Amino acid sequence: MATTGTAETTRRDFLYIATGAMGAVGAAALVWPFVSQLQPDASVLALSSTEVDLSLIEEGQIVTVKWRGKPVFVWNRTAEDVTKAKDVPVASLIDPVARNANLAADAPATDANRAAEGDGREKWLVVVGICTHLGCVPIGHAGEFDGWFCPCHGSEYDSAGRVRRGPAPENLAVPPYQFVSDTKISIG
Amino acid sequence: MSGHATFEPKNPALKWFESRLPLVGLIHSSFIAYPTPRNLNYWWTFGGILSLMLVCQILTGVVLVMHYTPHATLAFDSVEHIMRDVSYGWLLRYMHANGASMFFIAVYIHMFRGLYYGSYKNPREVLWILGCIIYLLMMATGFMGYVLPWGQMSFWGATVITNLFSAIPVVGPTIVQWLWGGFSVDNATLNRFFSLHYLLPFMIAGVVVLHVWALHVVGQNNPTGVEPKSEKDTVPFTPYATIKDAFGMVCFLIFFSWFLFYIPNYLGHADNYIPANPLVTPAHIVPEWYYLPFYAMLRSVPDKLGGVLTMFGAIAVLFFVPWLDTSKVRSGAYRPLFKQFFWIWLAVCIGLGWLGSKPAEGGYVIAGRILTVWYFVHFLVILPLLGLFEKPKAVPASITEAVLGKNKGAAPASTGAQAPQTKG
Ligand code: HEM
Ligand code: FES
Repeated sequence: MATTGTAETTRRDFLYIATGAMGAVGAAALVWPFVSQLQPDASVLALSSTEVDLSLIEEGQIVTVKWRGKPVFVWNRTAEDVTKAKDVPVASLIDPVARNANLAADAPATDANRAAEGDGREKWLVVVGICTHLGCVPIGHAGEFDGWFCPCHGSEYDSAGRVRRGPAPENLAVPPYQFVSDTKISIG
Repeated sequence: MSGHATFEPKNPALKWFESRLPLVGLIHSSFIAYPTPRNLNYWWTFGGILSLMLVCQILTGVVLVMHYTPHATLAFDSVEHIMRDVSYGWLLRYMHANGASMFFIAVYIHMFRGLYYGSYKNPREVLWILGCIIYLLMMATGFMGYVLPWGQMSFWGATVITNLFSAIPVVGPTIVQWLWGGFSVDNATLNRFFSLHYLLPFMIAGVVVLHVWALHVVGQNNPTGVEPKSEKDTVPFTPYATIKDAFGMVCFLIFFSWFLFYIPNYLGHADNYIPANPLVTPAHIVPEWYYLPFYAMLRSVPDKLGGVLTMFGAIAVLFFVPWLDTSKVRSGAYRPLFKQFFWIWLAVCIGLGWLGSKPAEGGYVIAGRILTVWYFVHFLVILPLLGLFEKPKAVPASITEAVLGKNKGAAPASTGAQAPQTKG
């Protein structure tokens, strides 16, 4: 700005820059509410836990419940489903991480780390029913790996909800949940 | 913008107004006296047709909003209410829904025209890029509009497309949550899409003004690709281009009416007459036909981020065409090799569109991969190399010579150029 005349910094330059900087801060402060309003609002956040009665789920049955507007699959797996899932070496998986919100972020994707914790509970598999590719709801008891098949772009999951064939990059997410009694879980 | 005649108002009231705001003079110089090349063919009428379709979408859209309710529990029923109860509601909705498809048919023809005749080349780069921006805005508008009826395809289309952003490393999942305003596509998503669906067409209108402005600075290209050199090479916009454009529009409207009155659901999808259900994905989800080639590309890459980048790259590459095509000859009419590659590329685009409508399995995926690679090779390898190795035919000295002389090489390549229904 002050290149005409002298190249020296003047009091006026300082005032220009200080004014411009204040203006920029003000503009940013004004933009923030416009961006921030895009977030999930309080009413959406408030609806974030769901209870499921496990005693109503037959052996072999997959039940779909709604949590945060998304489907969650609760599967009462047969002994055969569990054995099959256990027999798969973790190193051979597309995604070797458990993706279990109840465990450490780097827990390996063994069947034990995917299924419910505790004695006699390993038959329970609770996963968010959203394909990790682009968000379709996979179809249960389908596909080559006896888990789920996604109709959108053909991803397949096994009986521990682990992705076995792309394009999905990750295993089906295990949501945060706990047992509130022996036959009831609370998701969220 | 010097034309064949300039506007000099005789009427004193008009004179008074003109000296304060030269609006009539601007219209006169842009749409009446404006010199257009004398050899424009019917592929040049699609600009006018596109403007007409934009007006049609805005008019029908504004009226639909008078009866539509943007809420997850009410939207589906309000669209049915438009169809069944509102007087002529069925007509307005079918005009809007089919109008969107017609808009895309016209824009694809318009873009193919530009690619064939080299309309993107110096000095029309900015004009071309503005066109690409309009195309992007149209895609966003069409996508958000398709969400509004809140049927199964609306819902799952919205889910899949917004999830594309989850492929972005680190911030992806947060961006998606902020697009949704929740943890899944829901009422908040519907509301913001509705707001943007109303806004974007007016932004398109703004960019169209810039596009036409840029056009009037550099002048229209023409089938020979030779710039007008004298007054003999041009004719005034009115009546020549006005009448030709009007005739093109009438023909296009007949085509539009055929869809509108005989097969109004042909381009739609039956699943969208099932209300949105967040717990069940339809067995076979497909986007609207105008996105199919890109959808095919997305699915042909077995990696999530890779697929998304490929898809966006296919559009991004269009922005760089002015610099990727190294040939000194503008019009494809004088480029024997380019011409062949152009038609192959067009077939690839249509093939990709067809594959996008097929399930993602077996041979379809393999074919999709081959065509996807070809799409990019065309732009990134063939176009730059052709300019260096191709031996073009002799270009006429002027438009007039091409039209009146023996050298009619620039006759429009109308054979095999039926309205392409699918793009690339
Ligand atoms: C660039 C121009 C536009 C395009 C390409 C476009 C595209 C679309 C599409 C594809 C649909 C879905 C139709 C269906 O299957 O039912 C739609 C719906 C809708 N659009 Fe637009 N639109 C445009 C402009 C507008 C404008 C300017 C408005 C409002 C001012 C508007 C309001 C609506 C409404 C209310 C619906 C929902 C009703 C329905 O589904 O028919 N649109 N739009
Ligand atoms: S959304 Fe499941 S495979 Fe693409």
